Amino acid sequence: MGQTIAEKIFAAHLRDSPTPDNMVLGIDVVMCHEITTPIAIVDLMDKGMDRVFNPDRIKAVIDHVTPPKDSKTATQAKIMRDWARRHGIKDFFDIGRNGVCHALFPEKGFIRPGYTVIMGDSHTCTHGAFGAFAAGIGTTDLEVGILKGVCAFRKPRSMKIEVVGEMQKGVSAKDIILHIIKQLTVNGATDLIMEFTGPVIASMDMASRMTLCNMSVEAGATSGICMPDRVTAQYLWPFIQQEYASIEAAVEDFAKWCSDDDAVYEKTLDIDVTTLSPQVTYDYKPDQVKDITEMAGTPVDQVYIGSCTNGRIEDIRAAAAILKGRTIADSVRGILTPATPAIYSQALDEGLIKIFMDSGFCVLNPTCGACLGMSSGVLAEGEVCASTTNRNFNGRMGKGGMVHLMSPVSAAAAAVTGEITDPRSFLDK
Amino acid sequence: MKKFGGIATFIDRDDINTDEIIPAKYLTEITKQALKPHLLEDLRLEDGSFDPRSEEIKKASVLVTRSNFGCGSSREHAVWALEVNNITVVIASSFARIFRQNMFNCGILAVELSDAELDRLFGLAPEVQINVDLEREELIATDARDSKIECSFSLNPFDRELVAAGGWLAYADQKY
Ligand code: SF4
Repeated sequence: MGQTIAEKIFAAHLRDSPTPDNMVLGIDVVMCHEITTPIAIVDLMDKGMDRVFNPDRIKAVIDHVTPPKDSKTATQAKIMRDWARRHGIKDFFDIGRNGVCHALFPEKGFIRPGYTVIMGDSHTCTHGAFGAFAAGIGTTDLEVGILKGVCAFRKPRSMKIEVVGEMQKGVSAKDIILHIIKQLTVNGATDLIMEFTGPVIASMDMASRMTLCNMSVEAGATSGICMPDRVTAQYLWPFIQQEYASIEAAVEDFAKWCSDDDAVYEKTLDIDVTTLSPQVTYDYKPDQVKDITEMAGTPVDQVYIGSCTNGRIEDIRAAAAILKGRTIADSVRGILTPATPAIYSQALDEGLIKIFMDSGFCVLNPTCGACLGMSSGVLAEGEVCASTTNRNFNGRMGKGGMVHLMSPVSAAAAAVTGEITDPRSFLDK
Repeated sequence: MKKFGGIATFIDRDDINTDEIIPAKYLTEITKQALKPHLLEDLRLEDGSFDPRSEEIKKASVLVTRSNFGCGSSREHAVWALEVNNITVVIASSFARIFRQNMFNCGILAVELSDAELDRLFGLAPEVQINVDLEREELIATDARDSKIECSFSLNPFDRELVAAGGWLAYADQKY
């Protein structure tokens, strides 16, 4: 019987199987940020267990509230910083070098096909874009990960999502994943790994694959995953060229992880994107999704472009194409947060930052910032935000605020008009 | 072994997320106790049937709710907010994966019942006492007029071991 990519990765990392349904895996990369890690560090210290299993396999960043907004967030950062120094964690990213974890770590080449990756962050599923098994965990799992380099999961069960068709102009990976979550609902993929396949995925760049996998947890999934292929190898080439004679050789090697044709799936879902319109959420759950045309005209107070979902250079380029030569509506506050320093720098080189600034956007340093309503663009009661982030829960970006999730082009269009707008009306001209 | 059960509180809604259980603004706390006053602070039900500051929730050790409890972020703070408020059992028709794992990792019970059985439990509310027998995987709910409902549930054997061991850190530290 054939195996799925997740089954292959689990088999290759199996350390223990306490019951037939529970598997303890060896972990290749344990990633840490300053919201969920300091409390783990403090707890380990209290228990006399302040150790790390392998400093080279731990990657740490301060990204959620940076620079710190108050004494408490400064303390969280300090606990992380001191801990990283104490244990010789070389891959620690502080102010000036820090960016949103799920954008920064892939950019550094830390994630490879076949890897197991954990982090105390639900959007760790993003890294499945590289053909890795990457899952969000809580603090206790993180403590064990830091201490022992292992994590327990249930036996992997997968769902195959085959994406076919021809995407229309103005439609992107964000619209596809919102559409999928609408089909599945917020718990339709609970305890499942969402495997994205088909010609649309094969022709997607890594940024789009990361956007897709990023939101798999919004359907309840343990993770999202894509088959590692030539696109993956090309992205990783600067980091793997010592290991492989050619990109060809890397692609061939990566193929060993790909799901077999006769692999067994719990569920399958076929998506044809040919008639898909830009999508937008309308209430407080990420499965409450409509075609943007149905929501057009809804006024917005703030537009937020950034986050681990859509703060990459590709997203900034797409939004800039709409903002170029235009100014945003007087009634709107526009905020751009490039996800990493490299993305920021690239956007500067390409003149994109100037386009945003000329249009009236405020450009912030790389941080999670407003995405989780902790700093840098928190909403007031009753305010509405068009956002490229991944979560529209009540209170997510500020108590009493409403978040409409959408793609970068849709968010840029909303900034120009001051209301939810079909971005295709700009692209056709 | 720790006792599981006590006075129950009922929240009749699906998809209660971690932002509702503990808002992000409290994630800067680095002690569990600091979370205590903020459990479910931002949760509002459409029919107004839930008040996070009520005496009922303060007395409760069991929370009974509907499907997909704990969806959203991985913050274990959400489980700790329950823990420091002496909630030892959550009963729902389903849980979000990370949240469920965090519960067992902290030695708190996540009990899954069918929708029909949950309906019966909700039928007893308010003033219900729910006691859990972990060994037999059974729970007994008793209301103010002494009517009783018995339900059996099943736990993943590994999750049971974690609860018995006092959580995953203690278990893993010994074994790996
Ligand atoms: S950008 Fe938002 S969703 Fe992504 S890691 Fe940061 S807070 Fe979480």
